[in-house]
Amino acid sequence: MNILAIDTSNQTMGVAVLKAGRLAGEYITDVKKNHSVRLMPAINQLMSDVELHPKDLDKIVVAKGPGSYTGVRIGLSTAKTMAWTLGIPVVGISSLEVVALHGILFNQQICSFFDARRGLVYTGLYQGDSINELKPIWDEENVLFEEWLIRLKEEGKPTVFLSQDIELHKAIIEKSMGDLAIIPDDVYHVPRPSLLAFAGMEKQHDSVHALIPNYLRLAEAEANWLKQQEKENNG
Amino acid sequence: MSDQYILAIETSCDETACAVVKNGTEIVANVVASQIESHKRFGGVVPEIASRHHVEQMTIVLAETLKKAQLTIDEMDAIAVTEGPGLVGALLVGVNAAKALAFAKQKPLLGVHHIAGHIYANRLTKEFEFPLLALVVSGGHTELILMKEHGVFEIIGETRDDAAGEAYDKVARTLALPYPGGPLIDQLASEGDDTLHFPRAWLEEGSYDFSFSGLKSAVINKLHNAEQRGEEIKREDVAASFQASVVEVLSTKTHKAAKQYGVKQVIVAGGVAANKGLRAELNRIFAQENMELLIPPLHLCTDNAAMIAAAGSIAYHLGHRADWDLNANPSLSLERYSLRNKRDSCN
Ligand SMILES: [Zn+2]
Repeated sequence: MNILAIDTSNQTMGVAVLKAGRLAGEYITDVKKNHSVRLMPAINQLMSDVELHPKDLDKIVVAKGPGSYTGVRIGLSTAKTMAWTLGIPVVGISSLEVVALHGILFNQQICSFFDARRGLVYTGLYQGDSINELKPIWDEENVLFEEWLIRLKEEGKPTVFLSQDIELHKAIIEKSMGDLAIIPDDVYHVPRPSLLAFAGMEKQHDSVHALIPNYLRLAEAEANWLKQQEKENNG
Repeated sequence: MSDQYILAIETSCDETACAVVKNGTEIVANVVASQIESHKRFGGVVPEIASRHHVEQMTIVLAETLKKAQLTIDEMDAIAVTEGPGLVGALLVGVNAAKALAFAKQKPLLGVHHIAGHIYANRLTKEFEFPLLALVVSGGHTELILMKEHGVFEIIGETRDDAAGEAYDKVARTLALPYPGGPLIDQLASEGDDTLHFPRAWLEEGSYDFSFSGLKSAVINKLHNAEQRGEEIKREDVAASFQASVVEVLSTKTHKAAKQYGVKQVIVAGGVAANKGLRAELNRIFAQENMELLIPPLHLCTDNAAMIAAAGSIAYHLGHRADWDLNANPSLSLERYSLRNKRDSCN
């Protein structure tokens, strides 16, 4: 099975190609640059390096967020349109899950997160196990990290923390979790498109038209509008 | 010579649109998914919401377009897309979808300027004769553009502040009309009279530039003062007086420029081209001139992808090709866009 995997949901841009079910190539950058400009040249380069023509693809896997709204949409527009054009399935996988996949071999509880400013994070809790499966334990949330960590601490279990934004939140994690916090080296925090590709290989595919971003948060205007409606209904 | 088919995508504002055009002049399919109902509750287009809708609608609109066209992507000669100007987040969805289409089927990719599209909407009803003058009026634009040949645009006048359509929306909001207010003002204006004599912004002698912010303020002040004094002004008269000022300036400047440059055709493009007051006045003026006035049908005045395909057809002929690094450019300049076409055609 030939798979193209795309992740532009956060600052790390990743593209991977599996050829006949094996990793043929992977491209990752972690620079503050425009995904829209660099994504298709990266796909083009990688596909030509591994000598695969677009028509040879069997499936496309995409990281569907949470993350940068624009970044998520660049990935999804590209993945959905390419899959639809080629008449092949598309699979969307949570961007938090992509990061968590890096911790699967720890055989521990894994928390992956992205900074969402003002003390908020997008986060999820997973359980890794030796048969290479990742099980969600808690639903993904857009939440105040401090409050979420209090809940986690009550569980009393050792937890691996994985995030590109780990430095921003290291102090608060260590303060809340103490010895229960496991924070590995830098490289484990980078979302790997190859892991995304493998995770998408077995997964049930989405309907191309129905696959939508996993924003985990309403647009600001919509949230305000709903608040206003509520006020009017109560007042 | 075999027929040329261009598939185009347009997502610069709040319409997700896709079209197939044959030989640059014939619409094969033209699908527009409007988001207007969704933005109404906010009183205007919310960029983040627009982008969210685009990513949800894109492949649905593409599928519907090809179904209507009864053609496949393989039969397309090139994929065209609006690269700017517009809302950056909205443009990005279309640009990346177009790149994915073009890459998947290894087709040429064409970046198209949104205003070039609005002008070329007219070529879907009538062949161009040069030189021609285009008046582009919409929520984001008020420009007079001179064309001496295909694909080359010279801006001879533009707004120095608000676009005409923007002034319409603001005045509509002051009159507490629901969004989108432009068509409602046009409607009200037909029931009132120009009794308030708002100012006309002519600017310096010989200038083809426009300014609508002074007029907008005059309308708002008038209503505000009347309210303070407890006077009642008929809304119909406010609308008629406002529209009279806009229409007189737009049509007088267009008329002068058309005569100065000795054009054969005058094209009106953009959403405000649907305005009945403007249409009537331009028709009256140009009936006496030896020039052809072209105003496209309503569905081609507002944003659509057929116009992008029509402009893309010319870009394709001129040899322009976008690379895989094509980006959305929210402030893409029309003149630089024409220079690019010229330069590329020399290669
Ligand atoms: Zn427009």
